[in-house]
Amino acid sequence: MSVASTTSTLAGARPVPFLRLAAIHVRAQFLETVRVPVAVISSALFPALAAFFFVVPNEAVAADPVVATQAIAQLAVFAVMSACLFTHGTGVADDRGQPFDGFVRTLPAGAAPRLVGRVVNGLAFTTISLVPLTLVGVLFTDATLPLWRLAAAIGAVLAIAVPFTLLGLAIGYSMSSKAAIAVVQVVLFPLAFAGGLFLPPNMFPGWLDAVSSGLPSRAAREVMVLVTTGQAGYGYAVPVFLAWTAVFAVMAVMAYRNDEGRRFR
Amino acid sequence: MTARNATPAATLEGVTRTFDAVTALDDVTLTLEEGQLIGMLGPNGAGKSTLLSLISGLRRPTRGTVRLFGGDPRDAASRILLGTTPQETGLPATLKVREVVDFVGAHYPAPMPTGELMEMFGLTDLASRQTGGLSGGQKRRLAVALAIVGRPRIVLLDEPTTGLDVDARRILWDAVRGYHASGACVVVTSHYLEEIEALAQRVVVIDGGRVLADDDLPAILARVGARHVRLTLGDPADVDRLRDLPGAVDLTQADGRTSILTSDSDAAVREIVGRGVAFSGLEVRGASLEEAFLAMTEREAASTSSPVPAASVAVTAVPAVNEGAH
Repeated sequence: MSVASTTSTLAGARPVPFLRLAAIHVRAQFLETVRVPVAVISSALFPALAAFFFVVPNEAVAADPVVATQAIAQLAVFAVMSACLFTHGTGVADDRGQPFDGFVRTLPAGAAPRLVGRVVNGLAFTTISLVPLTLVGVLFTDATLPLWRLAAAIGAVLAIAVPFTLLGLAIGYSMSSKAAIAVVQVVLFPLAFAGGLFLPPNMFPGWLDAVSSGLPSRAAREVMVLVTTGQAGYGYAVPVFLAWTAVFAVMAVMAYRNDEGRRFR
Repeated sequence: MTARNATPAATLEGVTRTFDAVTALDDVTLTLEEGQLIGMLGPNGAGKSTLLSLISGLRRPTRGTVRLFGGDPRDAASRILLGTTPQETGLPATLKVREVVDFVGAHYPAPMPTGELMEMFGLTDLASRQTGGLSGGQKRRLAVALAIVGRPRIVLLDEPTTGLDVDARRILWDAVRGYHASGACVVVTSHYLEEIEALAQRVVVIDGGRVLADDDLPAILARVGARHVRLTLGDPADVDRLRDLPGAVDLTQADGRTSILTSDSDAAVREIVGRGVAFSGLEVRGASLEEAFLAMTEREAASTSSPVPAASVAVTAVPAVNEGAH
């Protein structure tokens, strides 16, 4: 058995470049997820089915290009939010409970490549989950998305994914997987409803609209609706969005720093 | 234990680690050098795994300092010369054997060629199987292979062969010895004396979060085979006459009783009688591996957990005391 003849001091061992480490983590996590296709398919199907059952049959919505596009855009935000919170919230918590995660943390890679792998995969699967939804919108409603708006929408999806990825990570790194599933659901549905992702906010009573305006989900919706239909929402959506992104970033970093794998008492 | 290198593979200085109210490690100071094959022996819950998790950077010490080749093991760069094993159940079930080996190897600057490593551990035929489909023994072999794929200079093997049959165990032992021959520091934890005897040159005994003994294998075996000779001295000042008894390893006093840990209790008792030391309530107790651990902690209360009192003899009774039911 031959052993590298480099010296045994740290100075003699040159670490593997960061991009290469990130790439192998992206690849390994992608393979792990893709080999359980049910997980991919179900997250891709839900928003499309919601559009099919609630938007398509509703003539008043489906037949109006602007309203239909807006409805599809709302569901797209929900799809992004749901994919980010589930992949990162329950996914991270789950991984932390796995013995292999403890082993990976002893490899000379640090947290960043693993995190890059996770975020890139989260974005990839989010994008995949938007394809059926977009198809339902284009084929079965009068929703329209010119090419330049489609390009902008993809950018908006990536931007919207940032705060929810961070929130997911904050949840995933601070609790066990059972607790994370519960917390993700408790966070996801009220945020989605109050953020106007199921019903448009113009149907909200005044007090709910006021509360809604301060939520990250509502701010994300406004960004998405603006990009896809050109309809501007309330003026301070972008500052609200950025503020929540900063808050979730701080939460995620703190949760990660305090994590030592799953703890048992 | 002379240092072969200016920087030891790993050092712990005054390390304490607590989990809420539980103290898993209590003021441990230890230096692990390259070229050593170290057996870490102790019952379940002794603190072995906590110690390894500190060296591998998984956890922070509550107090004290842990160094890996002079660096903080929490920094990824410090772990470039470290190899550890995942637990047997901890392999990503959907990935194939070759993918897992490639994935882990890619973290190191000069990994072993995957084919060569698989050959060494008899995994070649399993390369394209998903790890979820491997048997327990195959998973164990893969786990140890993952520990050395990066050509580390310190390898931590946590209970590498627990639950394996004799043949599988020998294959792994051979691989561990072979890797150690390359000059790396190899740490093997076990609660089996047999495994430690087969592998280790230096043995660190841990219990209750403390290092009870740290010595070469023969010295530890002498202690483990030791027995307690316990008595009440007629004149407490006589204790100094008992310090040089045959095979004596340790002498402790508590609650008016004097306890001598010796590798030859027969000779020790003969000598006590021969020297005319006045005593009463003589007891000779066998020390099993577990009892030997406990004896090393010098905890009177703990040592009564499974005593085998052989005989209680009056002051001037029979010269040699047999050890009864052993």
